[in-house]
Amino acid sequence: MDAFTTHTGRAVPLRRSNVDTDQIIPAVWLKQVSRTGFENGLFSAWREDPAFVLNDPVYEGASILVSGPDFGTGSSREHAVWALQQYGFRVVISARFGDIFRNNSTKMGLLPVVLPADVVERVQAAVEADPAAEVTVDLVERQVRLGDLVAEFEIDDYTRWRLMEGLDDIGLTLRHADDIAEYENGRQRWLPTTV
Amino acid sequence: MGRTLAEKVWEKHVVRRAEGEPDVLYIDLHLIHEVTSPQAFDGLRLSGRTVRRPDLTIATEDHNVPTVLGPIADLVSRTQVETLRKNTAEFGIRLHPMGDAGQGVVHIIGPQFGLTQPGMTVVCGDSHTSTHGAFGALAFGIGTSEVEHVLATQTLPAYRPKTMAIEVAGQLPVGVTAKDLILAIIAQIGTGGGQGYIVEYRGEAVRKLSMEGRMTVCNMSIEAGARAGMIAPDETTFEYLRGRPHAPTGTAWDEAVEYWKSLRTDDDAEFDKVVHIDASTLTPFVTWGTNPGQGVPIGSAVPSPEDFADPVQRSAAERALEYMGLAAGTPLRDVEVDTVFVGSCTNGRIEDLRAAADILRGRTVVTRTLIVPGSMQVKKAAEEEGLHEVFKAAGAEWREAGCSMCLGMNPDTLKPGERSASTSNRNFEGRQGKGGRTHLVSPQVAAATAVTGRLTAPADL
Repeated sequence: MDAFTTHTGRAVPLRRSNVDTDQIIPAVWLKQVSRTGFENGLFSAWREDPAFVLNDPVYEGASILVSGPDFGTGSSREHAVWALQQYGFRVVISARFGDIFRNNSTKMGLLPVVLPADVVERVQAAVEADPAAEVTVDLVERQVRLGDLVAEFEIDDYTRWRLMEGLDDIGLTLRHADDIAEYENGRQRWLPTTV
Repeated sequence: MGRTLAEKVWEKHVVRRAEGEPDVLYIDLHLIHEVTSPQAFDGLRLSGRTVRRPDLTIATEDHNVPTVLGPIADLVSRTQVETLRKNTAEFGIRLHPMGDAGQGVVHIIGPQFGLTQPGMTVVCGDSHTSTHGAFGALAFGIGTSEVEHVLATQTLPAYRPKTMAIEVAGQLPVGVTAKDLILAIIAQIGTGGGQGYIVEYRGEAVRKLSMEGRMTVCNMSIEAGARAGMIAPDETTFEYLRGRPHAPTGTAWDEAVEYWKSLRTDDDAEFDKVVHIDASTLTPFVTWGTNPGQGVPIGSAVPSPEDFADPVQRSAAERALEYMGLAAGTPLRDVEVDTVFVGSCTNGRIEDLRAAADILRGRTVVTRTLIVPGSMQVKKAAEEEGLHEVFKAAGAEWREAGCSMCLGMNPDTLKPGERSASTSNRNFEGRQGKGGRTHLVSPQVAAATAVTGRLTAPADL
């Protein structure tokens, strides 16, 4: 996973709530067995509408998605994260995220930033007024900055550290292989196996 | 202070705890399927890792499989299924492929084999893993990176979510089902209401549910935003498990039951949040919109965006009505459907098929009606009871096991503008096919709707 410290880029406002992962990447795209090529599937049904905000050329190249509440609800498909990243997004800002989506994002280095709904609204309004406005998302300082707006966001220390170092979770857990083996020795004898 | 069920199960699985870090949690059962696993196996190969406990891992083919006999015509789908076969063979994981007597939807087969037991941790790269919480297991959906993590380590790093009690007082009236109950709960707390929580369903109405009904309730926990839903195990649970292939036997059974009986929330435990529902006031529920929280009693009319004070909900309702092609104020009983689907990990178990058959017996369907058993074993059991003859006589299609019309990865889809009444779990835009419109209902309402062609409660027939 790529390390994330701070990112400055243009932002695109997505004024919808409950953007479930079926909308982010429809199921038909999930048949792929590779990890690449999902950018064309991103919001593919909505992108057929010329009025959809991602089709607006003023937002071309934006790397921060600013969405209504409950972004990434529904299906656990990590393909939603891959699609957002491969399209060019580094950050998603929303008042609330689906738990599994938020987890998947932090495993991949896509930063989910939770801000209060009124602050999300201000960011959306600001980038609607000036699509060229640069937004800085600073994980080190836990801040989103846009013009005069400075909004603090919360993220737990451990996840922040992992993201800033770009660390692989599996490698971290395998450092505790002895603990896992010890736990396994104490498991209840009736627990089932699949064989 | 006492502990909740969720806390007890969590604590039992902590492999390592350190200040400022997530707990490392042991995983007792890892279910996999063809869609969310190929990239995880690739990751293992790339980093030279292996599967730590293939004996705690089981695989099935479900999302892509056609529900009519024959090979998979879609080349991309076929490749994905073949990739699972190669991966499970390479890493020594038991697989139930298409045609196997044990094949079925991933959340149907775990309980059916007795692999899902009280107090276990169960994960799967699928959000409806919450289903297994019906047994008092802690079960949640994960993404592909976490699938790889579990394959490699049999653990997951995680922070313990907060706990929520949903207290369901009273009894469900006759004709009101587990599906109606969970749809009513989601409508009450919203699609984000459970975010950050493990939900425990409690109360008289929950205790009276069969295991099938409990699975239906826990299955849709994720539609309220909760990763996991749980129900404390009791005699109903033990009776369901007794004699299943992977359930303990002999003295191990007695030992297990004794432990399982301790898996209940202590009287003096406190939940972070408590929600109350009165079961006795419920009626059959149906969704009108494009998220599972947009549901109302079947006797209602399609709501108007103006009914919602919250501007976010109002604009969501506006969009939903447009997508669904519905006018505010239309009685839901006047809404005509083209297709009825009975099946999925929510309502594809034998009890669901019996309920649908009871309504279709001696009647004729007027819509395209797919009856899709959740597993090959469910199919066999239904056929032994003669349910397939009831469905066929009514004009419904009796299919092979699979995810079918729950999501558009296999041939069972809706065409643009087509409208279905479905026993599945998600009415999201386009989930059953681009432009398809879905109303979530119970198996009973689905069957009654197939008879009239309009959203119908069994009591209306």
